[in-house]
Amino acid sequence: MPTKFKEALESGKFVVTSEVAPPKGTNLEKFKHHIELLKDKVDAMNVTDHQSSVMRYPSLGGAMMVKEMGGEVILQMTCRDRNRLALQADLLFASSRGIQNVLCLTGDSVMLGDHKEAKSVFDMDSSQLLKTVRTMETGKDLGGNELDGGVSFCAGAIVTPEADPLEPQLIKFEKKLEAGAEFIQTQAVYDLDKFKEFMDYARQFHVKILAGIILLTSAPMARFMNKNIAGVFVPQDLIDEMASAPKGQALAKGIEITGRMIKRIHEEKMCDGVHIMAIGKEEKVPDIMEAAGLI
Amino acid sequence: MIRSITQKKPEKEIERLLKGLNRIFIIGCGTCVTLTRTGGDPEVRAMKEELSTKGKMVTGQTVVPVACDNLTREFLGDFGEQINQADALLIMTCAFGVQSIARQLSRMVIPALDTLFIGKETAVGLFDEICTQCGTCIIGETGGICPVTNCHKGLVNGPCGGTNHGKCEIDVNKDCVWTLIYNRLMELGRIDSMRKYQKPRNHLGEPKPGKFKLPEA
Ligand code: SF4
Ligand code: SF4
Repeated sequence: MPTKFKEALESGKFVVTSEVAPPKGTNLEKFKHHIELLKDKVDAMNVTDHQSSVMRYPSLGGAMMVKEMGGEVILQMTCRDRNRLALQADLLFASSRGIQNVLCLTGDSVMLGDHKEAKSVFDMDSSQLLKTVRTMETGKDLGGNELDGGVSFCAGAIVTPEADPLEPQLIKFEKKLEAGAEFIQTQAVYDLDKFKEFMDYARQFHVKILAGIILLTSAPMARFMNKNIAGVFVPQDLIDEMASAPKGQALAKGIEITGRMIKRIHEEKMCDGVHIMAIGKEEKVPDIMEAAGLI
Repeated sequence: MIRSITQKKPEKEIERLLKGLNRIFIIGCGTCVTLTRTGGDPEVRAMKEELSTKGKMVTGQTVVPVACDNLTREFLGDFGEQINQADALLIMTCAFGVQSIARQLSRMVIPALDTLFIGKETAVGLFDEICTQCGTCIIGETGGICPVTNCHKGLVNGPCGGTNHGKCEIDVNKDCVWTLIYNRLMELGRIDSMRKYQKPRNHLGEPKPGKFKLPEA
């Protein structure tokens, strides 16, 4: 049976996903609050997996919480911390608990996080994890052994439309599609004309694409991303616009800009939807959706 | 030629390892560590100075020609007395040298260096790790460039999302190997081999610890 998220993707509507990050610790109040706030507004919520290699409450546990609270969840799984046995086991567990949307990621380097001396795994990569999902759906594990009770997933991946250089990234993107990605959530895009160029290329493939949108919170934050986040380029005019906001109004400006971008993507039917990342400002997602005219 | 690349351990760590050991014999090596200036004659002398100022007694010192060679025992035979007087041997060679000496002399050995990788000299004074002896070589499909070693994550299907301006997400001074592989395969007209899906790697090439015995002729 297709998941609710899969149904939304197939329905032809403008799909909206967002993300929630599990806490560092067992205090789940804020996390639950974010789920409560978003569950009836977005088509699905990603639960991040030790984002930026910072150790947190597990994505699987967070995904179960979304499920229990009646939300539709996309489980993010990276290959950074688990080998093929552990990843397959977690896929079995997820599927058995009705967590059946999965975003397959390679994962950031351990060195970028808060346990820099840890051993990183990377026994597989994102495309191999996607293929693993598809293999397990045939009733077999990666060792070729029969599974007693199979799995079923709506599996997706990410792409960086503005990677530099772009061509190797696109080869990897096509490999992910061949490995079985049904949907793509992109790295954050800001230059929508450039994004349109990417979509002109990507449209030839049978895959649903949700444009990644990161809420700008200030001009320095935009400059920081340009400097430090691979494949994210905030154009100067947006940085200037952020900087022009009166004191204390930067966040409101960011919400306005983000809403305006989403609106344009929607109106021009650039792609199949958006994935809104409001890192640390999850409670602003409904405001962004309102600014975009989505609610 | 391949070289063992080393770096001096932090002073604090050497201090900790030598705690309670007062008489020290220092051994350097005339090969890799001489080239990398981590355990040649000048470094051994400097270490002697350093230990003396810390109140240790250096019973002697030497730079053996090739520490990892089985002849090292004979070479060190000339220093029998000074070695016997020592509480420990502080060894400024790579870990191959440290282990060779430990086996040959049955003495307490303390490495003064960390062994980083087996490197190839790719330009004068520049050493790169290009192979980690994984046991199942895949570079026939990557234009002779090894992603197992040169990709920080050992990815075999192309770049991760962290690649930035052709550099690796962990260090702007390190190339993203998948940019190099892409360029090489384009040059060779063999980019199709990058498009081919590579299944998860076989880590069973030679289970650790590796062992090889020459078959009877
Ligand atoms: S794949 Fe890389 S690490 Fe493995 S043997 Fe070949 S060159 Fe060495
Ligand atoms: S940036 Fe390139 S070399 Fe670094 S981990 Fe990613 S793919 Fe590997």
